[in-house]
Amino acid sequence: MPFPLAHCIHQVLAPDGKLVGAAPDLPADQLFAMYRWMVYGRLYSDRMVALQRQGRIGTFGPLNGQEAASVGLAWPLQPADWLVGSYRELLSYMVKGVSPLALAETYRGYVGDGYALDAHCLPYQIVLATQVLHAVGIAMGMQYDGKPDVVVGVCGDGATSEGDFNEALNFAGVFKAPIVFVVQNNGWAISVPRRQQTAAEYIAHRGPAFGMPGYVVDGNDVLAVYQVVQDAVARARAGDGPTLIEALTYRLGAHTTADDPKKYRLDDELGEWTARDPLPRFRTYLMNQNLLDPTADERLHEAIAAELQSLVETLEAQPPQDAADLFDLVYAERTPQLNRQRADLLAELGRE
Amino acid sequence: MPRMTLVEAVNHALAQELERDRRVRVFGEDVGKNGGVFRVTDGLQARFGEDRVFDTPLAESGIIGTAVGMAVYGLRPVAEIQFAGFTFVAFNQIVSQAARLRYRSGGLLSVPLVIRAPFGGGVRTPELHSDSVEALFMHAQGIKVVIPSSPYDAKGLLHAAVEDPDPVLFLEHMKLYRSFRQEVPSERYTLPLGQAAVAREGDAVSVFAYGAMLHVALQAAEQVAQEDGASVEVVDLRTISPLDEECIAQSVSKTGRAVVVHEAARAGGVGAEVIAVINERCLYSLLKPVERVTNPDMPFPLPSVEDTFLPNPARVAAAIRRTLEP
Ligand SMILES: Cc1ncc(C[n+]2csc(CCOP(=O)(O)OP(=O)(O)O)c2C)c(N)n1
Ligand SMILES: [Mg+2]
Repeated sequence: MPFPLAHCIHQVLAPDGKLVGAAPDLPADQLFAMYRWMVYGRLYSDRMVALQRQGRIGTFGPLNGQEAASVGLAWPLQPADWLVGSYRELLSYMVKGVSPLALAETYRGYVGDGYALDAHCLPYQIVLATQVLHAVGIAMGMQYDGKPDVVVGVCGDGATSEGDFNEALNFAGVFKAPIVFVVQNNGWAISVPRRQQTAAEYIAHRGPAFGMPGYVVDGNDVLAVYQVVQDAVARARAGDGPTLIEALTYRLGAHTTADDPKKYRLDDELGEWTARDPLPRFRTYLMNQNLLDPTADERLHEAIAAELQSLVETLEAQPPQDAADLFDLVYAERTPQLNRQRADLLAELGRE
Repeated sequence: MPRMTLVEAVNHALAQELERDRRVRVFGEDVGKNGGVFRVTDGLQARFGEDRVFDTPLAESGIIGTAVGMAVYGLRPVAEIQFAGFTFVAFNQIVSQAARLRYRSGGLLSVPLVIRAPFGGGVRTPELHSDSVEALFMHAQGIKVVIPSSPYDAKGLLHAAVEDPDPVLFLEHMKLYRSFRQEVPSERYTLPLGQAAVAREGDAVSVFAYGAMLHVALQAAEQVAQEDGASVEVVDLRTISPLDEECIAQSVSKTGRAVVVHEAARAGGVGAEVIAVINERCLYSLLKPVERVTNPDMPFPLPSVEDTFLPNPARVAAAIRRTLEP
């Protein structure tokens, strides 16, 4: 077999924050920026859940527990690279340059035109694993253009059972596309546990089956995730083809605001994973390295809370979505049918 | 002017697109060295290289899914699904992805993708190779559906489809692939999507058809004209979505009678939509109920009885005559 099966779980930081592997060579400001995003993700997610509870936004899928994987998988990407994920990758998208406000607008049900095009992220979509094929297509486009750019394509553990995930691995392998697949294995697909998705020990074992290396990484260790993704990105950039990475993490919250995990999840599992929370782990490491102290940490939390407050104010100060705008989003030009249907609506609303 | 079959016209158009625009890539199953199971892509790989014209793994969702990615990235993919019946395997990628990305992205992104697929009865294929799937995609939003009935139209419509900023499903009727030749200009020309064409002028009754059924309708019209002296108009819809409502309304306002012909099953088909258009736009010009000549609401007929079920000139002529009764 050209690619070995992954037997060990790559780790740099132990759950208690102690260094157990070789730390990546990242400058202090980058380490701090990573931590900042992780805290931002946690607080943003909590704030969105609160807004949903008050009926101020629609359904929201919290990312709590997955901050390390989310930040680590996006960190190695350059501006021209693409990142294509699912609804769970909101923090990865923010790291890549999608504004937190643009994402909040979509949760509030606005037309999703707030994504900066140069962030190079596809709007998250709902049909599981479907986006992973788009990611491969983008990578095939880069390859065709002879660009040194790469794509990171992401989905959850449940999504790996979909045909599209497997077709994506296969196309990427056959065309040697410059892509890195990251599976955020958070243990659950709503109420269905990981072991009901595959009888294999690791999802990453599918890598060699499709002609690419497969790695398993501690998904709650931001430095470890960064390292494996960075290596895979470098290989893809060099023309050495795709890689499959499985990040072992855990969804500490509900699947979405519409879900109640108490119905299916055992308390000890939650306790076990709370002890492996990626945030305290990285915080302890940074403090041990004298890159952070409790006062600075407190200030950071306060600053982010203030930022989120003003984001929510901006969000809610926006005029309501104009229903008539939607007619312009179906085709590049409105069809005669849409023109008439739009006129009918405007007449009904007394606007024409 | 060269005389081409529909296969040659499509091949010619693809070659011109590949030549004109390096963003165009043609791919699918057996489209490379083999030149497609119907030879539609014959010689293209040899001429333009394996980067431009290539075979993919046998996975329709994968073909369309990667094509969507390429299109978003800025290429102009022309993907082939070997038979239209296999678009079912790619339905999600076509309907909820290719056709919806513009909407999902608030208009920021577009998917300029052409999906070509052969379909159509009369050639004795195994199951699912002949199925008429157009109505399923007509009901989808954000994708156009084009069905040419002649080599000349095929070339002009395909050029327009490649140029179009939105996804286009381009359905090629197998029976028409080599059934006749027609003068087709070598130069590149486009025919606008969304426009029907009056294939035969008349003022007593309007017959709406597309693809191979256009020729069945024309034969029926000729028969009724000769035998009954009736003036039959035949309209080639050409684009199923968006339908050319203006043309339909104009024709029926003039004739007051209408027949719709398609080989797809009846319920929820193109015929139903044409009748709805007539209802909305010119109901009061109607002198008789609109007739539909279609396959029954069953899976596409088995080859041994295909001829019994497919609309034929006699059946269409009978429908026209019923419609013409005072
Ligand atoms: C094709 C499809 N089937 C079902 C669903 C409904 N659904 C939404 S999320 C989800 C679970 C996904 O689990 P996973 O891939 O592990 O991602 P996670 O939510 O854990 O991040 C399901 C079943 C869907 N969105 N798409
Ligand atoms: Mg999951």
